Amino acid sequence: MRFRIYRYQPEVDNKPRMQEYVLEEIQPGMMLRDALLKLREQDETLVFRHSCGEGVCGSDAMNINGQNGLACLTPLSNLKEPVEVRPLPGIPVVRDLVVDMSQFFYHYRAVKPYLKVHDPEPEVEFLQSPQQREKLDGLYECILCGCCTTACPSFWWNPDKFRGPAALLQAYRFLADSRDQATTERLEDLEGPYRMFRCHTIMNCVNVCPKGLNPTAAINNIKKLMVKDMI
Amino acid sequence: MDGTVTDVGVQPVTLARRQFDSLVIGAGGGGLRAALQLATADANVAVVSKVFPTRSHTVAAQGGINAALANVLPDNWHWHMYDTIKGSDYLGDQDAIEYMCRSASHLVYELEHAGVPFSRLDDGKIYQRPFGGQSQNFGGEQAARTCAAADRTGHAMLHTLYQQNIHAKTHFFDEYFAIDLIKDDEGFVLGALVLEIETGKPLLIEAKTTLIATGGAGQLFRTNTNARINTGDGMGMALRAGIPLQDMEFFQFHPTGVAGRGMLLTEGARGEGGYLINKDGERFMERYAPHAKDLASRDVVSRAISTEVREGRGCGPDGEYVLLKLDHLGRDVLQKRLPGISDTIRTFLHIDPAEEPVPVFPTAHYTMGGIPTNRHGQVVVPIDQGEEVIPGLYAAGECACVSVHGANRLGGNSLLDIVVFGRAAGNDIIEYLSNNRYHRRLDEASVDKAVDHLQRWDLQGEGESVANLRNELQLTMEKYCGVFRTEVVLAEGIEKVLELQQRMADVRLQDHSRIFNTARIEAMELENLFDIAVATVVSAHARQESRGAHSRIDYPERDDVHWLKHSLYYKRDRRLDYKPVTLKPISVESFPPKERVY
Ligand SMILES: Cc1cc2nc3c(=O)[nH]c(=O)nc-3n(C[C@H](O)[C@H](O)[C@H](O)COP(=O)(O)OP(=O)(O)OC[C@H]3O[C@@H](n4cnc5c(N)ncnc54)[C@H](O)[C@@H]3O)c2cc1C
Ligand code: SF4
Ligand code: SF4
Ligand code: FES
Repeated sequence: MRFRIYRYQPEVDNKPRMQEYVLEEIQPGMMLRDALLKLREQDETLVFRHSCGEGVCGSDAMNINGQNGLACLTPLSNLKEPVEVRPLPGIPVVRDLVVDMSQFFYHYRAVKPYLKVHDPEPEVEFLQSPQQREKLDGLYECILCGCCTTACPSFWWNPDKFRGPAALLQAYRFLADSRDQATTERLEDLEGPYRMFRCHTIMNCVNVCPKGLNPTAAINNIKKLMVKDMI
Repeated sequence: MDGTVTDVGVQPVTLARRQFDSLVIGAGGGGLRAALQLATADANVAVVSKVFPTRSHTVAAQGGINAALANVLPDNWHWHMYDTIKGSDYLGDQDAIEYMCRSASHLVYELEHAGVPFSRLDDGKIYQRPFGGQSQNFGGEQAARTCAAADRTGHAMLHTLYQQNIHAKTHFFDEYFAIDLIKDDEGFVLGALVLEIETGKPLLIEAKTTLIATGGAGQLFRTNTNARINTGDGMGMALRAGIPLQDMEFFQFHPTGVAGRGMLLTEGARGEGGYLINKDGERFMERYAPHAKDLASRDVVSRAISTEVREGRGCGPDGEYVLLKLDHLGRDVLQKRLPGISDTIRTFLHIDPAEEPVPVFPTAHYTMGGIPTNRHGQVVVPIDQGEEVIPGLYAAGECACVSVHGANRLGGNSLLDIVVFGRAAGNDIIEYLSNNRYHRRLDEASVDKAVDHLQRWDLQGEGESVANLRNELQLTMEKYCGVFRTEVVLAEGIEKVLELQQRMADVRLQDHSRIFNTARIEAMELENLFDIAVATVVSAHARQESRGAHSRIDYPERDDVHWLKHSLYYKRDRRLDYKPVTLKPISVESFPPKERVY
């Protein structure tokens, strides 16, 4: 199987280049991450992040034949040759497929992604009905891989101001939590033309999320809450 | 503070230095829980992790965390204590186990208050599911003690703990690799040498206390449930600092890994009503554990599966696995309670678990052994008749051996272990800091040694490759130190592993760049794996009995007369020592060893 992989090693390369690789032995069921690991046995200077191998740690997000995804969940059998592998778009490249995620995490931290409760804590758990808890499904599972945010044109244009789909999904994860008591504060934090309202419902984020989450819906729900809060 | 020049090795390097009150190595559940305790007490704490915190392997934990909340069935911490001791095959220390089980409810409520999105019961309380080895009333009916966030409990916990640390303004060094501890002549640990992966620059972090929370070493074996980063680095660092590893022969094989691949299908699948069948469709666990059946302890179920396959009752074209039946649970339950593993089964096996049974086989899962500590998280080593604390050094989580899991860990007890002893270590560190207000003088010889260790990887030329040796090591461990063991096989295993380890001297990297050089990281990880592999086979070879996960065909019985004791392995001369099991709890009566049936 043939691969074209983005290479950039700032110590020696003036600019990025695409390098061709061939992998002879392809076993059934092999994922792209398995292939990259085999290629690394040929060439240990080829660098990418990865860890769990099962789509839970969020390390190995990359751009695969033009679409963002996790290498460990991408079967080779679905890929057209040569498989073109690039780093996530729109953020600085550190080396090869490794990108600098600081901007992404900055926005994550900026939405204050932690439960805020003002009431005194009970001796036991806060009660939450299964229906209230269900509202968190599709939100809490985010693995912070960055596929969505780096596929979002609004983020490309305003990476310093627009929070991006992943951070906004997390903002909604806390707004949707029946235990959280900072709704007004959270909504105020998202006002203004940039932080959230740069989203133009282009849906790129939804199409690429490897966990099947829907940041666009979350953003719309935040907007609805804002309207409700105004009234 | 930065920019001190030290003359080290061939090329003098500029070694940057930073000072903190407290250093935490590892940002999994254990490290983050400790850091939270420290940060909220206003200690100046640095957390170093080789991956971004939420990528730590705690994120992969599925089934849940044990606490006798009694939300579903009657329960209390004393029953939990009994089950844990029995599960440990009586090798667990009963003081630490009492402490853990007593604190469990409080710590789970605390996690819930911090935001963990636990699944819920109709009355709004935390959902709890039955897990293996749990009973009511000291060995009676099945209990339901495992608090779960669907089958993504570890993810939910790790993200929440990280979020709380953001709130507490903990100082993180993300993607820094810890190489070695710094220790002075008097035995005080003074911090660690770490490497910033992005720039390839070493950094010396000086700290009054250092907590190792680097997780397990599942990468010892080819087929495992662990992430690539689980190379037991902290255990390797401890061994090199002259500290022994305890009970390394006890490695848990989880019964239900995806056959041929290794990824985990949680015990919660059986907790929700799934069960195992062999090629005749027989529910074979009824033969091995008539009472607990599929929810017997993990060592028992793993041996049963291996036996079925060895005796020709395995499924598939080569009879290499058994089947986990889940389809009778129905699509709803699978979606609601086991969504994560349902995805995994669909993605990696192309099977719909609501339609077909799933091929499973035991897979290397959990390191019961580790750095010896007491229940305050202090690292302890034997001296004369007693034990002595290594001043300034702490360990918690899977890399530590406190020992609450003894010879076999119960499912759901590790997520508990990491928060209980992460917090305990945090508290003890706070006390240590109040009695030790100043940094001690740095030991330059120890710093030089650590820097030399790093610079070894600058050697150029042709040589062996890391990938090759790692593959060989993993195969060797699987073959010679697996579920069933014998004298002959283990002796051969020691020889093979040592032979492989010698070849490490011939390894040369092809990549000598600074920026994000993962080849260098993998090489140092492999060094750690080798030290731990030797510790594991040597300890396993010596223990002439079967207990918990350590199953010797040539010594099929547990032998309390000779072997009711912890092993301690030292790197120097590969020496073994032993220390007694603490059979005396803190406040309740002891549970003396008795025959273990499920
Ligand atoms: C698939 C799976 C499912 C599981 N399910 C359950 C369950 O349902 N219930 C349960 O109780 N237990 C479960 N366990 C066990 C449990 O998840 C782990 O034992 C526990 O999470 C370990 O936590 P930890 O904090 O000790 O280590 P980890 O979470 O592994 O974290 C280790 C940390 O150390 C860092 N680190 C390591 N080496 C270095 C170095 N050299 N330099 C810098 N940083 C370093 C890593 O970056 C990481 O941050 C499961 C385990 C697995 C593998
Ligand atoms: S829907 Fe909004 S957040 Fe998602 S990609 Fe489009 S602009 Fe970005
Ligand atoms: S929402 Fe999906 S794509 Fe975006 S960071 Fe989370 S898991 Fe990744
Ligand atoms: S390696 Fe963890 S998500 Fe792919």
